[in-house]
Amino acid sequence: MDFSLSKAAQGRIAMARMAAESLMRPISRQYDEEEHTDPWDFFNTMWEASKANAEATSLGGKKSGDKKVSENTLLACMQIEELAWGDAGLYLSIPNPGLGGAAVQAVGTPEQKQRFLGSFYKGKPKWGAMAITEPHFGSDSKQVATTAVREGDEWVLNGTKIFCTAGHRALNESDGFVVVWATLDRSKGRAAIKSFIVPAGTPGVTVTRLEDKMGIRASDTVTITLDNARIPADNILGTAEIVEKGSTGSFGGVMATFDSTRPIVAASGIGVARAALEVLTQVLAEQGIAIRYEAGPSEQTVLEREVMNMEAQLQAARLLTWKACNMMDRGQRNSREASMAKAKAGTVVTRVTQKCVELAGALGYSRKMMLEKWMRDAKITDIYEGTQQINQLIIARSILGYSSGELN
Amino acid sequence: MIDFEFDEEQQLIRETVTSFAAERVRPAAREADETATVAESLVDAAWELGLIQGSVPEAYGGYASQAPSAVTGALIAEGLAEGDLAIALHLLSPRLVVDPVLVLGTEQQKQDLLPAYLGERFVPGSAAVLEPHINFHFTRMRTTARRDGGGWVLDGDKCMVPLAKAAPWIVVYAADDSGALAAFVVPSGTPGLEIGEREKMLGLHALELYSIALRGCRVPDSARLPGDAAKLLRRARVAQSAMAVGVAKATLDYAIGYAKERDVFGVKVGQKQAIAFMLADMATETDAARLLNWEAAWNLDQGNEAAREVALAHRYCADMVMTVTDNGLQVLGGHGFIRDHPSEMWVRNGRGFATFEGIASI
Repeated sequence: MDFSLSKAAQGRIAMARMAAESLMRPISRQYDEEEHTDPWDFFNTMWEASKANAEATSLGGKKSGDKKVSENTLLACMQIEELAWGDAGLYLSIPNPGLGGAAVQAVGTPEQKQRFLGSFYKGKPKWGAMAITEPHFGSDSKQVATTAVREGDEWVLNGTKIFCTAGHRALNESDGFVVVWATLDRSKGRAAIKSFIVPAGTPGVTVTRLEDKMGIRASDTVTITLDNARIPADNILGTAEIVEKGSTGSFGGVMATFDSTRPIVAASGIGVARAALEVLTQVLAEQGIAIRYEAGPSEQTVLEREVMNMEAQLQAARLLTWKACNMMDRGQRNSREASMAKAKAGTVVTRVTQKCVELAGALGYSRKMMLEKWMRDAKITDIYEGTQQINQLIIARSILGYSSGELN
Repeated sequence: MIDFEFDEEQQLIRETVTSFAAERVRPAAREADETATVAESLVDAAWELGLIQGSVPEAYGGYASQAPSAVTGALIAEGLAEGDLAIALHLLSPRLVVDPVLVLGTEQQKQDLLPAYLGERFVPGSAAVLEPHINFHFTRMRTTARRDGGGWVLDGDKCMVPLAKAAPWIVVYAADDSGALAAFVVPSGTPGLEIGEREKMLGLHALELYSIALRGCRVPDSARLPGDAAKLLRRARVAQSAMAVGVAKATLDYAIGYAKERDVFGVKVGQKQAIAFMLADMATETDAARLLNWEAAWNLDQGNEAAREVALAHRYCADMVMTVTDNGLQVLGGHGFIRDHPSEMWVRNGRGFATFEGIASI
């Protein structure tokens, strides 16, 4: 058991922190106010950095895997906490393969990984995205109604996808791609749901709506319409066979990507809440109020109790997140822990950011400060990548030993 | 590097303690609570586990290879408390003397005091920390230690002093002339050390607790443990918080078992989201509290003051165990209120963590 940060972790945090402070915070309010505009300077700077990093990795300049235990997932979470501390919407807008890339990485063939990710960091900034949700369902993802029909050596996709993060930038602003969930046969349920890589420029693929949101406004969230969209046959992720549980590329295989993305969402929310708590502490310090951790119970003020509670809650959420990462890095199954981290962080960051607005009073409610923005940005943590309730369901099934049929 | 895996020694200790707790402690818990005693046979069996001996370095007659670790101590405390809190506190009571002497004591004090705890049989230990007033905090003791010639004179009132009658020594915590927290090893029978009636509490029925009065209680200079006593009481908080996690874990597992058996509206009650989600929250909170407390323990083991970490974990664990034990009873409905089930006992025991202090050590 060890609670110290490795050299690699310290380095990763410092780098991300620098980007957050120098590139994100200065434009944070602007891109919150000017929704649906693109911070190209920020995109280009981040893109060049990612490119350099990708080149260094492919040249073997960076080695990981020498150590007994990997900390790749952990490092990703630590980095993202810092970036989201800078700005959660801008963090989601960084040109990268995103959730679409995660799906390709999880269930793609070596050829697909090479084709879509191998040369991703070449040329101009690109985005990857994932499209699951449809107008008639959210969490109940077996209700996918978008269809995929095989015609010759192509798949023909038809349907409407909503709430697709970075879909606009992936399809309209770059040569990116969107991973689209579609069914081969609606009567066959889960087993017939497959994911397909839809590249930018595919005829019949249109972004038909950009959502106006409460928070994370720098990040685009779109509706995508697929009208006889044709993609190559080998753009299907995993097998085209309709097989029951367990095989690679099955529904379960794609669902397993949540085990790595949920801790990441938790980490991003924690970054936002930490930003709020830091500013609140600073406001209090300016008023000469310091937190006395070892004051007697009837000496401690309500304010001190609230701040201590928020600090403890936030650290609890962070440790659950790190635990889920540590298990993944050790090759252990972590679905339960990933959901615990996500569920806990969702509640904590929502409450902490709201409380910070409250405790800072009129200052907290004013757009002169960032606290109100962070409250708006934090809420999504409890919704996307599985709502609070879906994660509770997963935890409950896990501890009770129930299948999805037994507890739903 | 951040890592939550146990090392081999921790794994072994954990397995030993949890199986002892499941096989011996839990089955004895209800009777111990009803009769307000801990059976001798159980105390003897626990002594054989070497939980006390294993925390004392070889130089003083134990078989520990290093100074006592707060992380390892937390694993022991959680494991035993999962069996039963009152019994766990009784079995670990020797550490109320052993740990302060090891952590704060001089070489001479270690030589003088430790061997008595490493004999063939269990010897109870005791500590007088808590005081009977509403603004108690361990950094602000009202009990005083006044310099007098070559010794000290102790005055004040203490409550919830475990095993005070049977323990050959009580470690008394008091504020010295400068207001600093100080620890004194007071032998039983010292004039001015008045042991009162056994206290009857909401929970912890099986644990013998006493109020004591110190009235001009004079001890020699050699009774004072010279180290920073606050450090020791932070360790005590970590021990106590680990026990809170143990009680929560016991409650959670019992409620899960019940929810899978109990029929309701044609399904098991665990198949209803209202109950299932309650259990999911209980599980998440138990894990979260455990991790926070481990982090505090780890900080202490690194030699850090960890005042903040310990304070946060302590409050978190005390709140968590109240919510989890309460919900654990609620899952059983009316049956949770009946003493055939342990749930009500865990509510009574769990409620104490936010109030008591210093009755456990690691």
